[in-house]
Amino acid sequence: MTTPDNSGDVRLSGISKTYDNGFTAVHPLDLTVPQGSFFALLGASGCGKTTTLRMIAGLEEPTTGAVHLGDQEVTHLPPYKRPVNTVFQSYALFPHLDIFENVAFGLRRRGIKSVKKQVEDMLDLVQLGEQARKKPHQLSGGQQQRVAVARALINHPKVLLLDEPLGALDLKLRRQMQLELKRIQTEVGITFVHVTHDQEEAMTMADTVAVMNAGRVEQLGSPTDLYENPNTTFVANFLGTSNLIEAEVDTTNGDDIVLEAGGGKLVLPKARCSAPTKAGGKVLVGIRPEKISLTHADDADRIPEGRNRLTGRIADASFIGVSTQYVIDSPVCDELAVYVQNVERDGRLVPGADVVLHWSPAHTFGLDADQDIDAGTEEEAAA
Amino acid sequence: MPLVNWLKRRLVVIAGLLTLAYLLLPNVVVTVFSFNKPKGRFNYAWQQFSLDAWKQPCGVADMCGSLSISLQIAVWATIGATVLGTMIAFALVRYRFRARGAVNSLIFLPMAMPEVVMAASLLTLFLNMGAQLGFYTILIAHIMFCLSFVVTAVKARVMSMDPRLEEAARDLYAGPLQTFLRVTLPIAAPGIAAGALLSFALSFDDFIITNFNAGSTVTFPMFVWGSAQRGTPVQINVIGTAMFLVAVLITLFSMVVTNRRTKHNA
Amino acid sequence: MSTLTETEAPPPLSPTTEETKPPRRRGRFTPYWLLLPGLLWLVVFFALPMIYQASTSVQQGSLEGGYKVTWHFATYWDAFGQYWPQFLRSVLYAAAATVGCLLLGYPLAYLIAFRAGRWRNLIMILVIAPFFTSFLIRTLAWKTILADNGPVVHTLHSLHILDLTNWLGWTAGDRVLATPLAVVCGLTYNFLPFMILPLYTSLERIDGRLHEAAGDLYAKPWTTFRKVTFPLSMPGVVSGTLLTFIPAAGDYVNSELLGSTDTRMIGNVIQTQFLRILDYPTAAALSFILMAAILAMVTIYIRRAGTEDLV
Repeated sequence: MTTPDNSGDVRLSGISKTYDNGFTAVHPLDLTVPQGSFFALLGASGCGKTTTLRMIAGLEEPTTGAVHLGDQEVTHLPPYKRPVNTVFQSYALFPHLDIFENVAFGLRRRGIKSVKKQVEDMLDLVQLGEQARKKPHQLSGGQQQRVAVARALINHPKVLLLDEPLGALDLKLRRQMQLELKRIQTEVGITFVHVTHDQEEAMTMADTVAVMNAGRVEQLGSPTDLYENPNTTFVANFLGTSNLIEAEVDTTNGDDIVLEAGGGKLVLPKARCSAPTKAGGKVLVGIRPEKISLTHADDADRIPEGRNRLTGRIADASFIGVSTQYVIDSPVCDELAVYVQNVERDGRLVPGADVVLHWSPAHTFGLDADQDIDAGTEEEAAA
Repeated sequence: MPLVNWLKRRLVVIAGLLTLAYLLLPNVVVTVFSFNKPKGRFNYAWQQFSLDAWKQPCGVADMCGSLSISLQIAVWATIGATVLGTMIAFALVRYRFRARGAVNSLIFLPMAMPEVVMAASLLTLFLNMGAQLGFYTILIAHIMFCLSFVVTAVKARVMSMDPRLEEAARDLYAGPLQTFLRVTLPIAAPGIAAGALLSFALSFDDFIITNFNAGSTVTFPMFVWGSAQRGTPVQINVIGTAMFLVAVLITLFSMVVTNRRTKHNA
Repeated sequence: MSTLTETEAPPPLSPTTEETKPPRRRGRFTPYWLLLPGLLWLVVFFALPMIYQASTSVQQGSLEGGYKVTWHFATYWDAFGQYWPQFLRSVLYAAAATVGCLLLGYPLAYLIAFRAGRWRNLIMILVIAPFFTSFLIRTLAWKTILADNGPVVHTLHSLHILDLTNWLGWTAGDRVLATPLAVVCGLTYNFLPFMILPLYTSLERIDGRLHEAAGDLYAKPWTTFRKVTFPLSMPGVVSGTLLTFIPAAGDYVNSELLGSTDTRMIGNVIQTQFLRILDYPTAAALSFILMAAILAMVTIYIRRAGTEDLV
């Protein structure tokens, strides 16, 4: 057992999907999901993530390209001949069969006669042993979800595909099921490919996240990597909140780039900038709201040297328990978001107060200014 | 005044129950008159109580024969219309193809056509072809007009079915045939059953189209029609009452079964 | 040990090389195969007969000598000229029966949908079950109910309602049987379930909270019905009236069993021409006029009602 087992790898090479009506759901796409990983495809509805998943499942045939599972090409295999199982959106449990028969379905179709023990074990694994003889509609949403997982996992697929498996659950149950699914994945060690539009869900569960937008993968990486160092405005805005400030490249100083925004200077590590940096060129400076500290303007001289600074005025403050979220109007950008942990609250930080925003240059990231600055924000999604 | 208010609040209920009475009155009369011992050939006026007809339900010449013909035709027409109609319904819901609109109108038209028009035109066809009128021409006609009703019933059911269920079956190692037999068919079954039941009732009770295309074959409705001219035997009422009771019992039974099943599972 | 290995799932099917070829576009012809037998049936036994009938209507000849297509459209004028009273009567009776069905059926459908509670299923059965008793037997029962010396006629007589209906021309003398009233009454009775079921279906879909919302917004019960319930039940009203009017207009059973020679409808004429007089061209022409008239009326009605999704 020295050779690494790669039979659960999913390799997509150049696959694309164009429908008969000419709509291209997925542009040619290369992607490798390593064996045993928990992989998330994240994006807004209509971004092509579900189509990609369905091409892996065999429910949709790619227009171009190939799908490999391990070393086998499965591009044109029908779904019932692929060692892949799916947990469907809204579960698709068979309404005319009870829970036991739903879970036993895959085994029976493969001609296995004695399924009782396996099904019972599987139902125990998802804590539904008692419900075996109920019909799906008699179970709660969370229970149905677990049946759907059990029904797929019992077949020991090489890859488990999950299409928005938690979308129909309420918030609290969703959090609980996220941990549950993660636990199951660690336990069985199968490759999971998870499609979701919920960035928090993707970040909690997945080892690797691919952010998709308009049929393309915008960026691929670990959740921390994507969050801390987004490459595009879409990723910066879709994963959490980002403050994006337009700035002009002033000089390059060793490993840092010095930028000018609204008359002030901002420093950005070269390694964290995905945009070309020519003197005089435009760059979008990004900073996450929780990385920013707020200091009342009266205390501005107490801010340590070497931090990026901006001045502004508090437009709005909302107290939400663990933190306070401020909206700051600044000459360089209106509506900057700042989240401050409620450790020691400064009573002077109320709407109307003049403040200085400052943060470590190491937390700054730089993006190409030629992009839509609002891509991936909720405002854009609503439009 | 309270009485007026009481009436006002229950106006809908009272009106509805009166309509129900209107609907059921003939059945009551049919039942009561199945115990009559009429003078003369017609069973329209009450004379005296008698169980004679119930003791000899087939005591009238040709009546039970016609009943048997009607039952046979209804069974075959139901099978034929259900199979053909279910196929059409699946094609309509599941596939895109040319001339969809034309197909839809061809299915809608028989339901929007007065029976007498269909009856007359079908007779014209049979006469032109020189077909021998009888059992088979009746069967052909019945399958024709039941077909559209089956399509409508099955279509509604299949349309409301989540396509992901079939995808799930295919994902779980069921090939096309297995998917159809294990998932699609069982889920569409209530729609198919409704279509079949309707076909049976329509075929069994059809008079107008049958009358045109029967030749010398006599179905039960035709026997009743003929007896309205010649004299109505009490046995007709016996059959009518029995049919009503069987229908009520079957529906009650199926309801009890469904109720028990849901309770048992809950 | 062997039992253990048996219950173990075999590894999921591995792809074989021959299947990795791009498949034929499977199922391209499937819809046509599914449609073929049923549609063929409808074409041969529904559409084709219509064409035959159209051709018969413009033929001339005799039973003995055979018929020839002579494009003799005069048959249509002659037939209509001779039988227009029956046509008119069919439309009037069918319209009256449709109105009757709507007035009688609506309260019952409303009752089942909103007020029946645990009786809902029972009432539903009682509405549907008569379907399974031969409608001819049930129609004959009306002969007993409306008998000349029966309680119904007596009551109508003593309440002077018969005087009113006599004056309207709906009845004649001290009878109800063999009058237009009896025929309309029979038609109403026969097609009532076809009105109640679609009405019920569309009423049942109405969210009960809408009634409360209307009440909350100061609508009185009658206003609520007029402004909320009835408009929302329009699809049911439209399909119910069509399902009642169309078969009623072509019916000849009620007129034959409950009416007299003065209540003959066009169905009776077509039946007699076809089955007794054997004048096929006239019968075909009449049948065609009926079909055209009904299709025209239905089309106008559907346009007016603004619902085209009836099926």
